[in-house]
Amino acid sequence: MSTIKPYLRLAGLEPLTVRPETNFVNIGERTNVTGSKKFARLIKENKYEEALSVARQQVENGAQVLDVNMDDALLDGVKAMTTFLNLLQSEPDIAKIPIMIDSSKFEIIEAGLKCVQGKCIVNSISLKEGEEKFIREANICKMFGASVVVMAFDEQGQADTLQRRVDICERAYKILTEQVGYEPQDIIFDPNIFAIATGIEEHNNYAVDFIEATRIIKQKMPLTKVSGGVSNISFSFRGNEPVREAMHAVFLYHAIKAGMDMGIVNAGQLAVYDEIEPQLRELCEDVILNRRPDATDRLVTFAETVKAKGKAEVKDEAWRKGSVEERLKHALVNGITDYIDQDTEEARLKYPKPLDVIEGPLMDGMNVVGDLFGSGKMFLPQVVKSARVMKKAVAILTPYIEEEKKNNPAAQQGGAAKILLATVKGDVHDIGKNIVGVVLGCNGYDVIDLGVMVPADKILDTAEKEKADIIGLSGLITPSLDEMVHVAAEMKRRGMQQPLLIGGATTSRMHTAIKIAPQYDKGVVHVLDASRSVTVAGSLLSNDQKEKFLEGIKEEYNKLREDFGNKKSAKQYLSFENAQKNPVKINWDAYTPPAPAFTGTKVLDNYDLSEIARYIDWGPFFIAWEMHGKFPAILEDKVIGKEATKLYNDANALLQTIIKEKWLTARGVVGFWPAVTTAPDTVLLKNGNETINLEFLRQQIRKAEGQPNLSLADFVKPGLAKEPFTDYVGAFTVTVQGIEPHIQRMISNHDDYNKIMLQVLADRLAEAFAELLHEKVRKEFWGYAKDEQFTNEELIKEAYTGIRPAPGYPACPDHTEKYKLFNLLGGKEATGITLTESLAMYPASSICGWYFSHPQSHYFGIGKVQKDQIEDYARRKGMPVEEVERWLRSVLDYEA
Amino acid sequence: MKSIREALQERILVIDGAMGTMIQRHQLTEADYRGERFKDWPLDLKGNSDLLCLTRPDVIKGIHKLYLEAGADIIETNTFSAQRISQADYNMEEIAYEMNVAAAKLARQAVDEFFATSRPGRDGAYVAGAIGPLNKTLSLSPDVNNPGYRALTFDEAMTAYYEQVKGLVEGGVDVLLIETIFDTLNAKAAIYAIKQFFRDTKREELPIMISGTITDASGRTLSGQTLEAFYVSVMHARPLSVGLNCALGAKEMRSHIEELSQIAACYVSAYPNAGLPNAMGEYDEQPQQTAHYLEEWAKAGFVNIVGGCCGTTPDHIRHIAEHVKQFKPRPLPVVETSLVG
Repeated sequence: MSTIKPYLRLAGLEPLTVRPETNFVNIGERTNVTGSKKFARLIKENKYEEALSVARQQVENGAQVLDVNMDDALLDGVKAMTTFLNLLQSEPDIAKIPIMIDSSKFEIIEAGLKCVQGKCIVNSISLKEGEEKFIREANICKMFGASVVVMAFDEQGQADTLQRRVDICERAYKILTEQVGYEPQDIIFDPNIFAIATGIEEHNNYAVDFIEATRIIKQKMPLTKVSGGVSNISFSFRGNEPVREAMHAVFLYHAIKAGMDMGIVNAGQLAVYDEIEPQLRELCEDVILNRRPDATDRLVTFAETVKAKGKAEVKDEAWRKGSVEERLKHALVNGITDYIDQDTEEARLKYPKPLDVIEGPLMDGMNVVGDLFGSGKMFLPQVVKSARVMKKAVAILTPYIEEEKKNNPAAQQGGAAKILLATVKGDVHDIGKNIVGVVLGCNGYDVIDLGVMVPADKILDTAEKEKADIIGLSGLITPSLDEMVHVAAEMKRRGMQQPLLIGGATTSRMHTAIKIAPQYDKGVVHVLDASRSVTVAGSLLSNDQKEKFLEGIKEEYNKLREDFGNKKSAKQYLSFENAQKNPVKINWDAYTPPAPAFTGTKVLDNYDLSEIARYIDWGPFFIAWEMHGKFPAILEDKVIGKEATKLYNDANALLQTIIKEKWLTARGVVGFWPAVTTAPDTVLLKNGNETINLEFLRQQIRKAEGQPNLSLADFVKPGLAKEPFTDYVGAFTVTVQGIEPHIQRMISNHDDYNKIMLQVLADRLAEAFAELLHEKVRKEFWGYAKDEQFTNEELIKEAYTGIRPAPGYPACPDHTEKYKLFNLLGGKEATGITLTESLAMYPASSICGWYFSHPQSHYFGIGKVQKDQIEDYARRKGMPVEEVERWLRSVLDYEA
Repeated sequence: MKSIREALQERILVIDGAMGTMIQRHQLTEADYRGERFKDWPLDLKGNSDLLCLTRPDVIKGIHKLYLEAGADIIETNTFSAQRISQADYNMEEIAYEMNVAAAKLARQAVDEFFATSRPGRDGAYVAGAIGPLNKTLSLSPDVNNPGYRALTFDEAMTAYYEQVKGLVEGGVDVLLIETIFDTLNAKAAIYAIKQFFRDTKREELPIMISGTITDASGRTLSGQTLEAFYVSVMHARPLSVGLNCALGAKEMRSHIEELSQIAACYVSAYPNAGLPNAMGEYDEQPQQTAHYLEEWAKAGFVNIVGGCCGTTPDHIRHIAEHVKQFKPRPLPVVETSLVG
């Protein structure tokens, strides 16, 4: 028959069972406003997201329970506890461990218990204010299923002798088990850890008393647990972390031996008893165990010497002593360009031919980089830095190689496989493609990069002329998908043989499988990110693997196609007519649309970049570098934190230069026009004497009862074309100009790292400018939210009223409406932006959108639409149905 | 008649099957749901199954009797959504309490009427007051952009459950069944309400049955807890039984029930769906198939209470009852009170 042991069992999303053989349970202490200045500041500034990173860091450093304390006179503790714990519940990597709800105010404890689904520990209750209150609070804790920490505290005060510690705990135990009905294993005693070595003689025996009390409590009440706030013990040494850590380790060593089960500690900052310097350990032991009268003085004296020792970071130049091959390798792996000129020159003189340097030590180094990257030990920004070193070395050698070729025309270049990359016609985005180029280059491929807006013919002509082994296409906007289909079809028509790689933000495995792969039968592969490009290229260029690899891809894509076919029928759609009958319900009679400060347009030229920079959302910055994690937590991430911090620092340094030296200029145009909705999906807009129809699409999927089929037109007040227009619609463009000469300079410096960095930052600045401008619109230009106060974090999460959707994106997927937007704002002249034939904006770091102000307006996706809607839409737009279908292919629910 | 605790020591008890599936068979109209009393109610009421206890008690009592005939030892009151939070969908917050009283009485009548005739080999059945999960969750935000947001508070959930518990107890149920738990914090609000109710009224506490729902192959609840974490988080209820229902068919539920049978200090219950829904959203696992799975669990000693959830019918319950009756129930584990030995 099975048995159930009376262990203390706790739970977050995952269980924690404290068994006799369980080692000491670490309770993370940094999420405590009384103990962590940083945490307190974040909570007071309402930066809860950042405060979560403190919790995450505790978990990552090994905390098994998380102590949360919001006791601060300046805080609404109930609210802070509720907000923090609710947020924490949505972070599975933190919420996996149990929570210790820590407060001296019971209403804060209760508030905390109401937020946590797992089994918590309450810290603490005590007999301080008598039995009645103690019993009442214990009963509530029990109804929530929480284990309780009982402080050794009674009506007379906090227990400071051994006897009182034991007596109070016994009394509390009796009440809890006999009157309240607590299980003994759910009771945790805190027999008070007080500061020692304070200079006051009565304090000297506090640690000994705690340890002894622990021993007796565990003997008398063996199922209960003993816990305590460990850092109290070393309070008199604040500011001297080495001594404090040593004291904690020594104290825990003895307390745990006596039966202490758990403690509140700075997880990640616990020293190991055995590794404490022997002299320091001895001194700590004297103090903790109260072994000699002068123990405190001796430790204080020693502490002075520990404190004086500062830590200075010394640049490690030991690697310079190695052979030239070792030095080149080190420079490549660590991305150091400082000595690459002299090292390359030394190698050139050492090797018979300059090409030997490339194919020998340089490629060896790059192979190491490739391996480390492949196994996840290096990250993209590091690889790009390595590439910079490589390119510089190659640039030094190239003149010599050319020279040699001239003298000996028979000598052939090395036989590296060639990969041709291009961003397709109509698209201007190339950061991702550049990264892929660098990574492939690092792995020994000869990369031919044709740049952006490259027509199919040019791609394929070059591929044939250069005998490219693989062709890679990139694109960011949806019309590029069609262009890729076109390139694939052209490859088939020309009878080409090379495999085709597909990548870029708008591409997907699904689209590749369904639309592109069927066009070309010599291999089409979707590549998710730069790191995958290496293995894909490797497989495709290996005679052994190629066939099997392509066969596998083919099967996978066939399956995707089948699944797609099956899934399609499962969704239910409304007829367009019925979808139009289910718009967002807005009580227009009770609503007066706000009027903007002006109608027509306003140009903001040469806008202050330093102000814009404050609005940067760093999340996508790291995504662009293929480093995944939330900002700012990513900076402290266990695995990539160090590299992420470096990247972030580099980015900020470059950003400062951009601002100081005015590399880039920001230009924005914003406008507002009187508008009304005259048909379910048509917004009429008055620009002077001219009337313009904006046409929108509407969700057609069958929604749950009470849920509307959304269209952006729903957010504009209905009216009649003949009457005065009572509502408004706005539009904007922002662009960041002037990047080209700097990019050129970086290319000639072989500095891919800063080239990509600059491109990514320009994108971020454009996004930040759009965010800033939207705020200005809400507070000033349209002025409907004059008093709004949001942190950058809240802006990024779109907490504001009103939206700024862009034509071509989910709420209004038709790119061709961009023509109207640009004409309204004054075209290329005013905006500084050109539209390509695919309606991408150039410069690439540009953003546009409509403004809607209604409080119910929000972002959404149209989803898929059906033919009845497309026909209606084409009629409204005066465009042939086929043309509309071409532009909207990605949202069609049918084959067209 | 024996108490449910006594009965559980002797044999595996059978709990009834789906209520919704059976109501659908009646093809009730809006008028049926409204009855005379709510004929002018401003909102559509069709779909408010719990209201039928007031407007078509004949239908509900009939279904209870079919399950009793099929061999159910425990029947559940038709009160899955009968608290003011879910009833707010129909503006029927103020009717919620009454629904529970009526549902409990109706189930009790069905049992009394059924056993008025002699039933050889059977000495009665128990009425379990069904307490569902609410249509809002306490641990999850309905707004992906605002993870700290909650659509309701613990106090609101607790108050709604308190009223439901009051109705069920006053209507005369034998046990309280918190079921289909996908957010443990909702269940904790229900447990709190039950404990508070019996504390306030000084009545003797009725046994509590707890049944969670594992929603996917990861083996976790919707709110993210592992099965063991879920159990640890509700064990303070000192439940009569803990188990799983809904979301999964027996095939998918087996490993979880096995785990639960190893860690639970109380009795273990399991009432899976009739398989997984097919492409049309219908359940098509046949009664003998479901019964076959549950028979194997009984044989392995995993369970004390078995039955069916979505898609199961009196026919399923009849087969299940037939197949498990030959097996001994899972013995309660010994709960030790000392760490020695």
